[in-house]
Amino acid sequence: MRYLPLTESDRRAMLAKIGVPSIESLYRDVPERVRLNRPVDLPPHQGEIEVERAILAMARKNLGTTKAPSFLGAGAYRHHIPASVDHLIQRGEFLTSYTPYQPEVSQGTLQALFEFQTQVALITGMDVANASMYDGATACAEAVMMAGRITRRTRAVLSGGLHPHYRAVTATHAHFLGFELDLLQPNPEGGEDLAARLDANTSCVVVQNPGFFGQVRDWTKLGEACRAAGALLIIVVTEPVSLGLVTSPGDVGADIVAAEGQGIGNALGFGGPYVGLFATREKYVRQMPGRLAGETVDADGRRGWVLTLSTREQHIRREKATSNICTNSGLCALAFTIHLALLGEAGFTRLAELNHAKAVQLADRIARTGKAKVLSDGFFNEFTLQLPRPAAEVVEAMAKRGILAGVPVSRFYPDNSDLANLLLVTATEMTSEDDMARFCSALGEVL
Amino acid sequence: MERERISGTFSGNRGLQIEEKLIFEQDEPGRSGVDLPEPPTVKDRLGGVRRRQGIGLPGLSEPQVVRHFTRLSQKNYAIDLGLYPLGSCTMKHNPRLNEKVVRAEGLADLHPMQPESTVQGALELIDTLAHWLKTLTGMPAVAMSPAAGAHGELCGVMAIRAALEHRGDKRTRILVPESAHGTNPATAAACGYAVDPIPANARGRVDLAAFKSKLGSDVAGIMITNPNTCGLFEDEILEISEAIHGAGGYFYADGANFNAIVGRVRPGDLGVDCMHINLHKTFSTPHGGGGPGSGPVVLSEALAPFAPLPYVVHEPNGFRLIEHDHDPAASGKAFGRLKGFHGQMGMFVRALAYMMSHGADGLRQASGDAVLNANYLLACLSDELTPAFDGPCMHEVLFDDRFLKDTGVTTLDFAKALIDEGFHPMTMYFPLVVHGALLMEPTETESKDGLDLFIGTVKALANRAKTGDTAFFREAPKLTPRRRLDETTAARRPVLRWRPKQEQGVAAE
Amino acid sequence: MASVKYTDEHEWIRVDGDTATVGITDYAQNQLGDVVYVELPKPGQKVEKGKQAAVVESVKAASEVYAPITGEVIEVNQALVDEPATINSDPMGKGWFMKLRLANASELDGLMDEAGYKKFVEGLH
Repeated sequence: MRYLPLTESDRRAMLAKIGVPSIESLYRDVPERVRLNRPVDLPPHQGEIEVERAILAMARKNLGTTKAPSFLGAGAYRHHIPASVDHLIQRGEFLTSYTPYQPEVSQGTLQALFEFQTQVALITGMDVANASMYDGATACAEAVMMAGRITRRTRAVLSGGLHPHYRAVTATHAHFLGFELDLLQPNPEGGEDLAARLDANTSCVVVQNPGFFGQVRDWTKLGEACRAAGALLIIVVTEPVSLGLVTSPGDVGADIVAAEGQGIGNALGFGGPYVGLFATREKYVRQMPGRLAGETVDADGRRGWVLTLSTREQHIRREKATSNICTNSGLCALAFTIHLALLGEAGFTRLAELNHAKAVQLADRIARTGKAKVLSDGFFNEFTLQLPRPAAEVVEAMAKRGILAGVPVSRFYPDNSDLANLLLVTATEMTSEDDMARFCSALGEVL
Repeated sequence: MERERISGTFSGNRGLQIEEKLIFEQDEPGRSGVDLPEPPTVKDRLGGVRRRQGIGLPGLSEPQVVRHFTRLSQKNYAIDLGLYPLGSCTMKHNPRLNEKVVRAEGLADLHPMQPESTVQGALELIDTLAHWLKTLTGMPAVAMSPAAGAHGELCGVMAIRAALEHRGDKRTRILVPESAHGTNPATAAACGYAVDPIPANARGRVDLAAFKSKLGSDVAGIMITNPNTCGLFEDEILEISEAIHGAGGYFYADGANFNAIVGRVRPGDLGVDCMHINLHKTFSTPHGGGGPGSGPVVLSEALAPFAPLPYVVHEPNGFRLIEHDHDPAASGKAFGRLKGFHGQMGMFVRALAYMMSHGADGLRQASGDAVLNANYLLACLSDELTPAFDGPCMHEVLFDDRFLKDTGVTTLDFAKALIDEGFHPMTMYFPLVVHGALLMEPTETESKDGLDLFIGTVKALANRAKTGDTAFFREAPKLTPRRRLDETTAARRPVLRWRPKQEQGVAAE
Repeated sequence: MASVKYTDEHEWIRVDGDTATVGITDYAQNQLGDVVYVELPKPGQKVEKGKQAAVVESVKAASEVYAPITGEVIEVNQALVDEPATINSDPMGKGWFMKLRLANASELDGLMDEAGYKKFVEGLH
């Protein structure tokens, strides 16, 4: 078997050294009745040819965004990833290295994490960021729990414009910690009075910008209201490219930013692995979950990096840890770092401009067909369309025409008939003129 | 100058070891490593929330970025380079076939919210992996969405709490062995439980009598790792399982050490109610410098109804993703959602390719070789080092620091010396039940030659320590890109990001 | 005259009238290693004997500091926040954590004196 270096002669020599007759005898502490005497009922070993064939057979049954023009968003975004990124993350020293607990032999990982943390702090406009979380949704839940620890309050207000998965994950954690959530209704037309929901037990208010329905807002006033009430403002960002064009959360007074980093450097991959971004103010750094890379010097006085403030983490604080999180999303964070390093200020801001321009063009073209109404007044690269029929059916019909037309809101809110005809549509730098033309013509046929 | 004094060269580089600044220190405004088309002129519809100031990202060209990260990579140790004898981490070879198939068109380019009719193959893949995991563990159900082992632990304990809530049984305590990994008590606390530690006995296993004495109607469950973190199989596991169930509680198993028993013992046969599996340990998905992982959780009949959303079901018409609890195919009792979208699909593809490559026979051989390799280390090192317990061990072997007594050399110093010899240190100071622990797990993908070199090196270092050459150990490592780093200052005055020079002047104390 | 007493969690308490100064012992600071951070209570806060009053962190460990007696926090040693290393260099003096107003002087009876604490520490190895 190609992954097993031991030969039969090796095994014999090693068993002799150990002084036992067989490998089976090493399992003598396992109660007899639970020892399996033969392999389990699964296929036997296969070479690369057969394995590749089997997996590609499953892949061929799917219609991917390479073949079909895609207008899907709703928290995961199709962006171009420069060729260098995938080559670099596949270097064995990045791909197959462990968590940097021995800093002397992990300076590559640690320096890259320090650069990642800096990039995240810069694009979110915050003081400090961690070395990543599992994804945006878990980052959002962790942010709410952190607000609870800081304020010692047990209630949180969640905007109707917050991604439904993020709401659900936060609600799951809240339930088990006895945290009370005020969940506002989904609001495709905007218009929420979040400040009015603040009370003496509110630890935080969570908003998403751009919102789930695409709308972009200035949250400065809400930030002021939160501060006056002793609560924290948490801003969620599911499309990180938006930070190249939209006012940063830091600039509007966010206390914590929880975001999804997938849009930079990471493929869609059917939903994972992704990378959660987490940033906050300097004064809250010791309450921040997750890993942190910090700068220091070595015994020769040369600059280097180490994991730091580890006493917040599970392997030291155990039950008093700020979170039980053990891994970060290392390789995905690295892909993010490399992509953003390639883009730089000029590239990132241009990419964001391009996304917005494409979305504006698409929205205008759709509006001109007269078949659907664009609901979002202000947006970045994603907006809500109101269709004359249930969006799920329309999407299915478009798929038969080889177009991945967008995400029906009913996929997330199946019971809400008011939302049944709403479709979330996204354009990115990958959306060509031809894609837009095909979308509009197919939409015309279907509706 | 200083740089020359340390490195012995003008540039500060040493042969293939190239010094590399931060990207922020290589900025040239306006420069970019990506060519993008000019955005068409449109009337913007941002609603007045356009960015007010610059971001501060540095501008580099593609050649500079490629060099930057290539140079960084060369400062890392990796499985591709050599052995990581890290106990409970299972640092085995990461096959490149996995990397090839995960990038296939029709997998890598799928959006998670595409209509189900367009992703039947992806759902089939998740279902196939689920089948392999259920069969290997002898469990009827599996929750695929947790993103990592610790996340899987959360899933398991939340399922337990949901099951108890469902039957109106309010219990407050979870029993956790003292030898447990730190995530176990952290998870219990995150679910609102008080943690009650169970001591180990002189044989390194859970003290059965002490455990039984802690049982009561307020105990929600026990979290056990088996084999345990001392590398030993809990031979009284069936009694433990019976006792916790008898008390009305549940049995959570931490599957971090599954590599010792995969294909040979099924956790389902031990009475486990939920067990997380680390795909990045047992099933070879790459560690990537710290992540991403994937932690699916197998569940018993009792806990299956409480599994979080979403999950895949296989119906006569095809595969479906159950995303809402009122779906006719759902139990109606899901405890909630743990993650955005569906789970770590990229790790599913890799793990399935690995499992299919090994097959049932290969997986059984792999666990056997893993246990053989660890026992070989025990047999070869038990004279120079001090094993914490009598053998046989499972896939990992635990030593304590008695062999360093009176040498002035600590476990930490010993490990740093190992680095100069081209090995990553073993797990140190864990588990806490032994003093100065050294926990070694070679895995099955180490050759006998490789192990012999490691053994010879460890013996040589142990003997050197016993001669009292403390200076040698305290100075180590000397041959790495950086020497020992000052973790104290890093924690006292944390510098967690780069700042431009003018800001640095203000931020300094 | 001020007298020093010790707890089995390695806190010391020096009583002067109805004011008590509290810190951690030399043994404790040695076990922790280089202290990097302290979390102190607020003046005016009430603390309970045996319950957590402060947290002290080193690179490798974080430890609760328990109140040796019940009382009210009068003053905390803010200097420790900027210079946590003082706890390592002068744990019994400049490394003091907080001053408490005693609620119940009889609580001191159960604590160890210097000789008793020394014996206790010796017995730990």
